[in-house]
Amino acid sequence: MLNDHAKLMQAVMVAGEITGRKKLQKMIYIAKKVDFPFQERFQFHFYGPYSEELTTRVEELCNMGFLNEVKEKKGGYFQYRYTLTDPGMEFLSLNEVEMPYLQDCLVDMNEQNARFLELVSTVLYFDNLSKAEVAGKVFTLKASQRYTEAEIDEAYHYIEALKEKAKLH
Amino acid sequence: MAYSTEKLREEKVFKDPVHRYVHVRDRVIWDLIGTKEFQRLRRIKQLGTAFLTFHGAEHSRFNHSLGVYEIVRRIIDDVFAGRPEWNNDERLLTLCAALLHDLGHGPFSHSFEKVFDLDHEEFTGKIVLGDTEVNKVLLRVSPDFPTQVAEVIAKTSEKKLVISLISSQIDADRMDYLQRDAYFTGVSYGQFDMERILRVMRPREDQVVIKKSGMHAVEDYIMSRYQMYWQVYFHPVSRSAEVILTKILHRAKQLFKENYAFTYEPIHFTSFFNEQVTLADYLKLDESIILYYFQNWQEERDPVLSDLCRRFVNRNLFKYAEFDPAKEYKKLAELGSLFEKAGIDPDYYLVVDSSSDLPYDFYRPGEEGERLPIHLLMKNGELRELSRESEIVDAISGKRRTDHKLYYPADFLEDAAGEQDIIKKIRALLEI
Repeated sequence: MLNDHAKLMQAVMVAGEITGRKKLQKMIYIAKKVDFPFQERFQFHFYGPYSEELTTRVEELCNMGFLNEVKEKKGGYFQYRYTLTDPGMEFLSLNEVEMPYLQDCLVDMNEQNARFLELVSTVLYFDNLSKAEVAGKVFTLKASQRYTEAEIDEAYHYIEALKEKAKLH
Repeated sequence: MAYSTEKLREEKVFKDPVHRYVHVRDRVIWDLIGTKEFQRLRRIKQLGTAFLTFHGAEHSRFNHSLGVYEIVRRIIDDVFAGRPEWNNDERLLTLCAALLHDLGHGPFSHSFEKVFDLDHEEFTGKIVLGDTEVNKVLLRVSPDFPTQVAEVIAKTSEKKLVISLISSQIDADRMDYLQRDAYFTGVSYGQFDMERILRVMRPREDQVVIKKSGMHAVEDYIMSRYQMYWQVYFHPVSRSAEVILTKILHRAKQLFKENYAFTYEPIHFTSFFNEQVTLADYLKLDESIILYYFQNWQEERDPVLSDLCRRFVNRNLFKYAEFDPAKEYKKLAELGSLFEKAGIDPDYYLVVDSSSDLPYDFYRPGEEGERLPIHLLMKNGELRELSRESEIVDAISGKRRTDHKLYYPADFLEDAAGEQDIIKKIRALLEI
């Protein structure tokens, strides 16, 4: 019961703190793609894969008082920071979720910037296409981000390393 | 004449209760409607379990898909045609994407996808691009046409204006389902002046915009949507049926994994249980097949599966109580352990279900919103985001409403012989 909520709380807990809604979306999507059992469904939006269900659950968790959301003005825009609250911790202790290796993966992703995670998640979204086709998609759909070939290569390497961490291989 | 521009000798029409007539003149559209994958949509209800609450809600995804096609056809043929911002070369692509946008929906999609971790959009892509009759029709247009259609539906195409006609906060999909679902459920919400909205739609480079003079019609549309979500789509009785349906599928899957000997072998489900679903398996399954199994599984020896199926088939649904997860999660844990003591498996008979809706949202510069806002076209040519002009829309913008309910089988809590004390405690906690 409320298992899907608990999984998200677990993700925030092991990551410690997640800064940025976009970053949170991409981290959960990437984790799902390397086989962690998140249930939220994703579709392709402006910044790559995006889940309305995930947005909803995060808002619900904030309303329940299990997640803390801090809105901060950063330069010309707002950014959101998420941490687990004490009641959230207590809830989680009663609703244990087993996701070994999740911490390693999420901590690693948390150290990357949102722009790079956007690229990684986009590459994963088109994982049924060849590398050249994926690059084509990135250059067309993400033209404003001006990703380079080198960054796309880096994204592929990162995905392989992450799969190792998630013990997918 | 090229297949892509070939017209039928005489226009074909479908009588439709919402749009009066659906008009087909293009050979490609007519051929797509005739494919077996599109005809399959006749056997998938648009509103899933809602027919158990609103007895009229038996309409199918076939009806809806034709409706979306018709709305898009009217927009591009009657409103956009001849306007410099509209490229009429995109006409057929837009019509095909509109017609096929829901092609991958499976039976009782919402529950089915949750249990078997499937995504109907992925299957739409597979049907459009795979070895199917739909794909063969699209290939006759051009070798890359199936891919173009699949990309528009998946929103991964660079043709943003075409995508926005089918998927945005004011699109043909929503305009059809709100009116159609209102008509078939018999509710009076869901009505709005679509003719007016269509007349004031204007194409722009990357999205459809609305002339300022049509703002009040758009307000009405947004309020209709809000009402339909809470009065129809999230109706607690339909959700109860969906909870039971989901649990039936979970139970059958669990039994299969435990090598349970089904009296009625679930051959149509085998690849779903094994998580190796092929497109052919997926296309074989529709709601008539699912209901056939539920009918048979009422006789299964497994008491949970047979009970849940009887509940669904005979509409003996779970009752519900309001539930506040933040304040009551400890109560939920306590209820779970009491259910176990009473011999009622809480995994199947104590379920929290949540519904949530955000009626309208807009992109705030610098924030990480993902919803393209509705833009109004002002007299001076400037674009203004809707909620900045409309007080009504502003009042509900960005405001999510959520509802949690706790579902349980009330009849089990009336006559559990020998467990009276436990049942009393459960009843006290549920306040029944």
